[in-house]
Amino acid sequence: MGELVDDVMALTGRHMRHILRVPEKLIGVTIAPVVMVLIFGYLFGSAMTVPGNGNYREYIMAGIFTMVMFSAIGTSAAGVADDLKNGLVDRFRSLPMSRYAVLLGRTVSDLAMTALSCVVMAAVGLLIGWRAHHGLLKTLAGFGLLLLLGFTMCWLGALIGLVVRSPEAVNTIASLMTMPFAFLSNSFVPLDGLPRWMQIMAEWNPISAVVSGCRELWGNPSTTVSDALPAQHPVLTALLTCGVLLAVVAPLSSRAYNRAAAH
Amino acid sequence: MAIEAEGLRKRYGDTEVLKGVDLSVPEGTVLGVLGPNGAGKTTTVRILATLLPPDDGRATVAGHDVVEQPMEVRRRIGLAGQYAAVDERLTGRENLTLIGRLYRLGRAGARKRAGELLERFELTHAADRETKTYSGGMRRRLDLAASLLAEPAVLFLDEPTTGLDLTSRMTLWSMVREQVDAGVTVLLTTQYLEEADHLADRIAVIDKGQVIADGTPDELKRKVGGERLEVSLADASGAAEALRMLERVSVGPAVTADDGRTLTVPVASGIGAIAEAAAVLRDRGVEVTDFAMRRPSLDDVFLSLTGQADGAETIEKQEVTA
Ligand SMILES: Nc1ncnc2c1ncn2[C@@H]1O[C@H](COP(=O)(O)OP(=O)(O)O)[C@@H](O)[C@H]1O
Ligand SMILES: [Mg+2]
Repeated sequence: MGELVDDVMALTGRHMRHILRVPEKLIGVTIAPVVMVLIFGYLFGSAMTVPGNGNYREYIMAGIFTMVMFSAIGTSAAGVADDLKNGLVDRFRSLPMSRYAVLLGRTVSDLAMTALSCVVMAAVGLLIGWRAHHGLLKTLAGFGLLLLLGFTMCWLGALIGLVVRSPEAVNTIASLMTMPFAFLSNSFVPLDGLPRWMQIMAEWNPISAVVSGCRELWGNPSTTVSDALPAQHPVLTALLTCGVLLAVVAPLSSRAYNRAAAH
Repeated sequence: MAIEAEGLRKRYGDTEVLKGVDLSVPEGTVLGVLGPNGAGKTTTVRILATLLPPDDGRATVAGHDVVEQPMEVRRRIGLAGQYAAVDERLTGRENLTLIGRLYRLGRAGARKRAGELLERFELTHAADRETKTYSGGMRRRLDLAASLLAEPAVLFLDEPTTGLDLTSRMTLWSMVREQVDAGVTVLLTTQYLEEADHLADRIAVIDKGQVIADGTPDELKRKVGGERLEVSLADASGAAEALRMLERVSVGPAVTADDGRTLTVPVASGIGAIAEAAAVLRDRGVEVTDFAMRRPSLDDVFLSLTGQADGAETIEKQEVTA
């Protein structure tokens, strides 16, 4: 266990160096989320009415946070595909270390980046009028949900990177696969207008669950009207859906890693 | 035996890539696995380095079964794959320190060992530059250094010099030699007969997933024919005398080509035979238009071992000024 932690730390150090040396990456995790907050907060804000006449900027923040967590898929996928391509995965696999170390090193450091994004976005959110109303613990619990989603997405990204392998193709494939998740959710639009079967899918979508969970924990306006379990217990649903997804994706990634071949 | 493989088989879909490969490498020796592109060299190395499970057959490396005890094997091997595995965004030193830490040398231990290896592999001047600025030869050296961090007992080198210029190739050869002198067992794959000849104690020739010949470089060259001196005369009339002269330095029967003025004699390798042949021809005033050493290439090896090649004899030619 101690050895696993050492390995993960060594690999995380490696990824942090990448971030420092590739300024685009740092921009990706800081400036880009800020731009998203501003675009959604100001550009689209005027065109939307929030159910119950809630504060629009409070309403959208949870959605923007989850979108950024979601984009970790592409980051992790690209990182893993790069390592495969340049033979580093073969080198790592020839070392006497746990097969989880490399994937954990990747997902933990990508998670750290998404956490940094969260901090930056929260600051900008506060500036434009977003507030959490239920105290520090619940506020942090909301961010906990977001990070759980982010971590799950990092593992999903690692899996995609290992399966797709080509760094050029990985981004396209990742966004194609994830687009339906992102849009079939309650991030930015209420679900009432959708056909029932789509509503059900959208409600059980981990993204929706996390969005609703955060809105509940932060006391932000919410759009849920259904009496289904996901709508009534969004935090529980978020934990459940992310947990199940993680429990499926992590072993699959580890299996794919074990069989990975660069060429 | 440091490496012992029996009946290794691997198939991808419908194609059987390895059809029962047997290898054995005694401790402290070098086995050259010689074969053309697609022969199954990399697949063999990946199985022996625990990266790929065989469909059938078994293998032990450094005393441990590659399938049953992969961790024990990994503790004792170094691998330099066909493509140099370096992190382009890290410096040479950071690359080595990272791998050293993953080998559990500890932070300080890894840093110290990285410094030593950078020195030994003549990379100290570039140690703190990002490796994306490195040349192909430097990458290869760094990759080799990384494979040696934990002082492995068995070293796998998959085409270590493919794509390198002659100077880098020779540097790498001498670095591999150093390891062998220090007692490391090496399995190296190559497409160059010359490389196998230079580094290996024994050579296994592999083609289409099978070992088709196995022996010392000398045994192999005896089968294939070693270096030959080819002399073209200005005039066919002097051929008989020139042939008699050249037979003094030859190690086998000399041949006159159909044109009557091109003579080929097998000679011992090295500059001595060339110098002597040149001297006798000059002393007798034989007029020579072309004077060249020809050494058997991989194609020649395959031609003589399998009897199949493109038909035309393709040989590497080394011009020597007459
Ligand atoms: N992952 C793979 N999937 C399908 N075919 C493969 C795979 N890896 C190697 N091969 C095929 O196996 C054969 C042997 O490959 P390889 O061991 O890389 O040969 P070499 O290293 O001697 O050039 C080639 O025909 C190659 O195309
Ligand atoms: Mg190969």
